[in-house]
Amino acid sequence: MRTLAALAIAGTATLASSRVGVSEMVGPPVTQFTLANGLEVVVISDRRTPVLTHMIWYRVGSADEEPGKSGLAHFLEHLMFKGTAKNPAGRYSDTLARLGGLENAFTSQDYTAYYQRVTRDRLATVMTFEADRMTGLVLTDANVLPERDVVLEERRSRFDNDPGALLGEAAQAALFVNHPYGRPAIGWEHEIRTLDRAEALAFYRRYYAPNNAIVVVAGDVAPEEVRALAEKSYGRIKRRADLKRRARPTEPEPRAHRLVVLSDPRVQQPALSRTYLVPSYRTAKPGESEAFAVLAHVIGSGSLSRLYRALVVEKGIAANVAAAYAGMAFDAGRFAIQASPRPGTSLEQLDAAVDAVIAEVAANGIAAAELERVKTRLVADIVYAQDSQSTLARMYGMGLAIGLTVDQIRAWPDRVRAVNAETVRELARTWLDQRRAVTGHLIKPPAPTEKRS
Amino acid sequence: MIRLLGCIAMTLALVSALPNSAHAAKIERIVTAAGIEIWHVRDHTLPMISVEFAFNGGASQDPADKPGVANLVAALLDEGAGELDARAFRERLEERAIVLAFAANRDTLRGSLKSLVEHREQAFDLLRLALSAPRFDGSEIDRMKAAVLAGLRHRLTSPGDVAGDRWFARAFPGHPYGRPLHGSLDSVPRITADDLRSFHRRTIARSNLKIATVGAIEAKDLAALIDRVFGALPAQANLAAVPDVAPQGMGEREVVELDLPQTVINFGGPGLKRADPDFIPAYVLNHILGGGSFSSRLYKEVREKRGLAYSVYSHLAPLKHAGLFLGGVSTRNDRVVESLALISEEIRRLASEGSTPEELADAKGYLIGSYALRFDTSGKVAGQLLEIQLENLGIDYIDRRNALIEAVSTNDVRRAAARFLADSSLLVTLVGRPNLAPSPPRGG
Repeated sequence: MRTLAALAIAGTATLASSRVGVSEMVGPPVTQFTLANGLEVVVISDRRTPVLTHMIWYRVGSADEEPGKSGLAHFLEHLMFKGTAKNPAGRYSDTLARLGGLENAFTSQDYTAYYQRVTRDRLATVMTFEADRMTGLVLTDANVLPERDVVLEERRSRFDNDPGALLGEAAQAALFVNHPYGRPAIGWEHEIRTLDRAEALAFYRRYYAPNNAIVVVAGDVAPEEVRALAEKSYGRIKRRADLKRRARPTEPEPRAHRLVVLSDPRVQQPALSRTYLVPSYRTAKPGESEAFAVLAHVIGSGSLSRLYRALVVEKGIAANVAAAYAGMAFDAGRFAIQASPRPGTSLEQLDAAVDAVIAEVAANGIAAAELERVKTRLVADIVYAQDSQSTLARMYGMGLAIGLTVDQIRAWPDRVRAVNAETVRELARTWLDQRRAVTGHLIKPPAPTEKRS
Repeated sequence: MIRLLGCIAMTLALVSALPNSAHAAKIERIVTAAGIEIWHVRDHTLPMISVEFAFNGGASQDPADKPGVANLVAALLDEGAGELDARAFRERLEERAIVLAFAANRDTLRGSLKSLVEHREQAFDLLRLALSAPRFDGSEIDRMKAAVLAGLRHRLTSPGDVAGDRWFARAFPGHPYGRPLHGSLDSVPRITADDLRSFHRRTIARSNLKIATVGAIEAKDLAALIDRVFGALPAQANLAAVPDVAPQGMGEREVVELDLPQTVINFGGPGLKRADPDFIPAYVLNHILGGGSFSSRLYKEVREKRGLAYSVYSHLAPLKHAGLFLGGVSTRNDRVVESLALISEEIRRLASEGSTPEELADAKGYLIGSYALRFDTSGKVAGQLLEIQLENLGIDYIDRRNALIEAVSTNDVRRAAARFLADSSLLVTLVGRPNLAPSPPRGG
């Protein structure tokens, strides 16, 4: 029997202590290796509970689809549950369920990931099934067509039933004028309707290969054991020689502030969004992305943030407001602000108040205390994240899938600590420029008004 | 400001292990000097502490004419306390990255505290202030009301929220469970500081408190901190009696017209309460019907075979004063009739024919095998220990639980089916533009 405390965590990082003094920040050991066929494997040890999380990340997402085929990457993700030559429909999921495994999958613009959460003794089973469906998928119209209806229902649930989500989709389309990030990952409805079996299989054969994938295993398992099991399963698959490097059309320098208005009688609570085109973790200069994360926190995370103090507390014109840096992308990142007005406040007033806060930060920067407070929180959040093996697995899988290295991911807290106030001010001044932005207004159509004389 | 208790008398019993024999983390049952019981798992892997706690009461203690009080209290406990106004309080939390959150549900008001171990003194001290001396300042009440009202306006057009709210309103007329958890556009503006103070005085006490903790702290140190926080609370809560109740409106349908392409449907009826001897068999049976894997009958029939929905599910919801069986599906407006007929048929078939031995074995395999996955983070472990206390299942429940599932027989399942699936007339709420005209099922 193991005890929790006896399992010492290796790889203690000695990090310069900020005021919070996370003097003994520990991180789990992370091991990385590559199989002969090009499959990358990352093992994150978390030996507290005899369970593990297995994920496979393919470096392909909706931004890799051909024009006119939006939604294909996500549709294929659904179809990956339809069985293989060796394991007919249902066998993988039913076996997993019988063992008490949890599974699911998700698709973004840059990656498609499948995961299973099982007790530690089931890793071999999972890897065998998962390796099998990397190349063995069998599709028939009988299971493809109902699944396309499922995806259309998913689209209705997530978007068509929700005016706020429709506005987000429209704003995203307006932000990216040339890059495929402008298309929703789930696809446009009229294009989803046309996707078929042959297209899904062609996409699958083109992108699903060991040298286009990353396997992440987090949990109660030793790296050597993972390596042996990976060799026996994934290791038998041939690499794909004709895999091309990702090269999507890039965005021109944005010059026009865009306003997107979604007017829908369903809207009872109006909302404002503002999204700026900014560098991502992969495309930014060293240290810049971390400074964006700090900037997002300073202006829009929690009730001490600049936007919250100004719009909610002092002016009393918003019910809530938040900002976030969406930097985990292969190509461009986004910096987003969202706010809900209180009754009696127009979205134009809210827009102006948001701009005033940004202008203030761009002109005068942020206070040392603010910087310190936010760094403390960001670094502590990494300690908290280490409590969850599935969070860690996602963090590393996503990072690698968009082109970061394990070392870059591990060093994130150090780089957050190194952010200085001047960089933050400079970012606000350079990038939070209306010409780089789309403003979104979610409104109810104005009631017919009486003619005033 | 910090009052240290002198000598800590403490009884400590090492009682139970977390699931799976490979795991040796022990749950310690600690009774503090002030007589407060804590279930604790000592874990030094990470330099942090997680505390999960709950006060029985929750929104069912809202004044009948003012739903939303519990929700607003939860929103305001960490918005200024003692000498600290809202801003100063938040600054104290943020400076040390202490995460404190409160939430109310129908039966409890819950809190959760997460802190780096080096800041435990400050973290527990802020928690003590939040629980024993919340300020409920007028400006903060107005601010939180504005946020709640914005949320309520948003809910009006969120079909899932509307379907759920209408289901409970219709199932529990005149009972606290029928009132909206977050209040209404009418009730929230009328809530006063006195309402909040009165709710706080009546429901935040030691007699209705349960606590679970996980983290890098020894029992002795933890007990002292817990007494400092919770020892200051009144001994006795003064809760209004909430009657046990069965859901009404079986066989009824309510349509809320909202211009949507997809109808969101909630259905449900009487289920079993957690203490019911048939709860475990019923839980296994529901897993076969609509539980959380890709193998349930509803998933296979409604989603996989016919593509009628992305989401279809059922679950048992054992509230303190009512056992419920609930489910949902979201489907295109013109396929509502077909989807509902299919779900009714699956319920009827399972009730009359029972499950196959294979299905039963598979369901047990899933429920037993996946249990350990509920214990893989500190927060989840603390959450599970809290839940077990609230349900009065006993500190050895984690050890017994998988054997209880394993012991479920075909007969047990059949008996459970007769208890909650046999009368398949359910209360159904539909939000959207459902086409309810009977029509032949369409293909593809």
